[in-house]
Amino acid sequence: MATAHDFRDNPTRLTAKKGWTARFRPNGVFMATAILALLMLLPIAAVLSSLFDTGRGSLGHLASTILPDLVINTLGLVCMVGLGTAVVGTGTAWLVSACRFPGSRFLQWMLLLPLAMPAYIIGYAYTDFLVFAGPLQTGLRELFGWTRNDYWFPDIHSLWGVSVMLVLVLYPYVFFLARTAFQEQSRGLLDVARTLGRSPWNVFTTVALPMARPAIAAGVALALMEAIADFGTVQYFGVQTFTTAIYRTWFGMGDRVAAAQLASALLAFVFLLVALEHWSRSRQAYYDTSSRALKPQPVMLRGWSAAWAFVACALPVLLGFVVPVVILLDLHFDGGDSFLGNRLMVYAGNSFLLASGAALIVTACAILTGYCLRRSSGGAGAGLVRLSTLGYAIPGTIIAVGILIPLGAFDNWFDGVMRNWFNISTGLVLSGSVIALLYAYTVRFLAVANSAIETGFKRIPLHIDDVARTLGRTRRGVIISVHLPLLRRSVLMSAAIVFVDVLKELPATLIVRPFNFDTLAVRVYQLASDERLSEAATGSLVIVAIGLVPIFLLTRFADSRSGQISTAPAIKIPQ
Amino acid sequence: MSVINSTLNRRRFVLAATGSAVGVLAAPAIVRAAEEINLYSSRHYDTDEALYANFTKLTGVGINRIEAKADELIERMKAEGSNSPADVFISVDAGRIERANQENLLQPVQSEVLSTRIPLHLRHSDGSWFGFSKRARIIVVSKDRMDPKDAPSYESLTGEAMKGKVLIRSSGNIYNQSLMGSIIMAHGSDGAADWARGIVANLARSPKGGDRDQIKAVAAGEGDVGVVNSYYLGKMIKSDQKAQREAAEKVTLVFPNQADRGTHVNISGGGVARHAKNKQGAIKFLEYLASDQAQEYFAAGNTEYPVVAGIPLPSPLDTFGDFKEDTLNAQLFASLNSEAVQIMDRAGWK
Repeated sequence: MATAHDFRDNPTRLTAKKGWTARFRPNGVFMATAILALLMLLPIAAVLSSLFDTGRGSLGHLASTILPDLVINTLGLVCMVGLGTAVVGTGTAWLVSACRFPGSRFLQWMLLLPLAMPAYIIGYAYTDFLVFAGPLQTGLRELFGWTRNDYWFPDIHSLWGVSVMLVLVLYPYVFFLARTAFQEQSRGLLDVARTLGRSPWNVFTTVALPMARPAIAAGVALALMEAIADFGTVQYFGVQTFTTAIYRTWFGMGDRVAAAQLASALLAFVFLLVALEHWSRSRQAYYDTSSRALKPQPVMLRGWSAAWAFVACALPVLLGFVVPVVILLDLHFDGGDSFLGNRLMVYAGNSFLLASGAALIVTACAILTGYCLRRSSGGAGAGLVRLSTLGYAIPGTIIAVGILIPLGAFDNWFDGVMRNWFNISTGLVLSGSVIALLYAYTVRFLAVANSAIETGFKRIPLHIDDVARTLGRTRRGVIISVHLPLLRRSVLMSAAIVFVDVLKELPATLIVRPFNFDTLAVRVYQLASDERLSEAATGSLVIVAIGLVPIFLLTRFADSRSGQISTAPAIKIPQ
Repeated sequence: MSVINSTLNRRRFVLAATGSAVGVLAAPAIVRAAEEINLYSSRHYDTDEALYANFTKLTGVGINRIEAKADELIERMKAEGSNSPADVFISVDAGRIERANQENLLQPVQSEVLSTRIPLHLRHSDGSWFGFSKRARIIVVSKDRMDPKDAPSYESLTGEAMKGKVLIRSSGNIYNQSLMGSIIMAHGSDGAADWARGIVANLARSPKGGDRDQIKAVAAGEGDVGVVNSYYLGKMIKSDQKAQREAAEKVTLVFPNQADRGTHVNISGGGVARHAKNKQGAIKFLEYLASDQAQEYFAAGNTEYPVVAGIPLPSPLDTFGDFKEDTLNAQLFASLNSEAVQIMDRAGWK
């Protein structure tokens, strides 16, 4: 039956922990992770380095004017997005994995669809539909003969409006991690709880939920980091957050120092959140080692409970995907991007190239960080990994500028050296190249990939490594012949999500890209910044359509073979 | 086992293929021929394609472009330093191009063509940058609910009669920051602060959306008077979408402050980059932008006002009529940007 292991209970770990030297033995994995962390922190450090310059004192001005608003709005956003994604993501994940009701199999993959919808696009779509001048309110006014003071309508351009938008597109992060966790829970554990007289709801809250907590927390953390870093949506909705304030002080007031101060406050806040979460479950670790042949038996729902379950799972899909797509289609047929026709293939090709390149690189890096976490069991290695995934909470523009600074410095240094020694000018080698872009994506999205891979690694009991080692495998052999096959699903998930994220990514792509290199997101931005939403709808739809491909592959792969992966004949999981 | 192996092999293949694709793309970031110029531009209008294509046709000089927001292009040029490939920097407002100049990213150029064709108040005094097209910050009023005579100036928007009627976008918008700069020049810091407070007190709704959204909101009746850039109104009138044309038809255009200093105008401007490798080509390009033909492109394509006198205005700009513009040098209001933001913050202008 299931047993819970802690790192501390593992005898091999104990011996490795006896002395400092053993603990910090600089093995290859640790060194590689250290280099990766250095690369990931470089752009953040480059921006924060201006902390030590003399500023213009804009922070004092901010403190006496908009700072209270910023703090309230940012905290409000964090609370609402955190709560919203946790409830929607976990609730739907539990329903589709523990229950069967009409449409549940279908909804299981439909629930991932909003992932393909960029936040700024869903924002544009709903705004266009729901504002005072939009079709809904205009229709109501015409129908009832109202004018502006005759009725009340919720203002979508508000903190709650932007929070709802972000919850709708970010809950899939929680959903996919939580669903994986629920599906991996063995029937045995849940059955024991049931035979001990617990109700299904009680089993959920006292057994399933606590065991899935690390996964849920990781998903919520991703959603929050994305929400904190968001600029496009909150700006358009007229909500001032820390991120808009960074832009304002840097670009509006030209005060880079104050911007760096705000950014470091933001970082400290994110670090605190992550640390709190980790601390609160520092004493927990679950390794469910029971045979996966016994999948949890789903509960068959009938009647009203089935109807409610269906509605609960269909609503996020409807609001996060179907409705915005319909609005976009309507906008597209109203105007549409006539320009896109000829160049669609070029833009889509560029987008596809960047997204798949980044998916491979970022996932490879995440396998390294995930493995480092597994080997280090807390301590320095884990600290390195946490540091290298901070980029997800940093606004894309800041990352982009942070990438430009060190790359520019390197290029100019290299050019100088080559001129001195060989009288050749190399110009800019890395700046403005696709490599710079991929670097930016890695800094930005390593956190997402790492979450997927880390969750995957956690499902592989540590003693499997020990068994493989006693059977004569080298450490590398263990990774290749044990970990990777077991991680296949997580690797796929990581690659798919990074792919979709890069497809949607805008600020870094816009500023770091090479000459004459347009992507779909860039095209959509250009039209949207010219306030041509109908034209922008076409490109947005293409982004969503391409984003659906990996999600579809992911669900096909993950679902049809989920049984096989855990019980692959090559690996016999010991009892 | 075989399933696993084939997956791994496939992955290795994909990895190798993508790796080599990336290698090919990364190596030659730019292939520079003698007859090319590199443009860092924050203009992002489809209609500019014809403008650039025409330059290449006339001179044989090709154009490479990176189009992004001006602030970030400035950061990129700073980071790239003396090896920056940029030959020309173009912004869509005076504030940003002056900032690029203050960051020492532009170089002064002497050109007979540019200094004779472009009015003094629309270019930098030492030739670091030049304005090539104008956008007027106009007032639009509801045809049904307001007499244009009641909104003759920016100052009139702060009066008691305007309570709950004014629509304007957020203070984060550069066009509002530039307008604020011109108000500071006209009324001093304290007068400008009063004006900002007056606007905030009269807002029909908390500032949001873009300029077209303000026009649509006036048309729909969310407010009665809005402040927007002229070219957005022009583009809505020309739009191939019925809803946009209908909204534009429900508003009347007012050129503010005709009785005193004139309507605030901002520019889209360009300058030669400090480390331009093809300086001659860059100057040639700027001179082209000041040519009759290019000036007509700005007007016809993007409904911006030409800076060169005597260019015939196409529809719908010809229907807007002549107006008196504020000839405050763009360099001056641009330099007040930071103060403008702070005044708006203190006034509670979101």
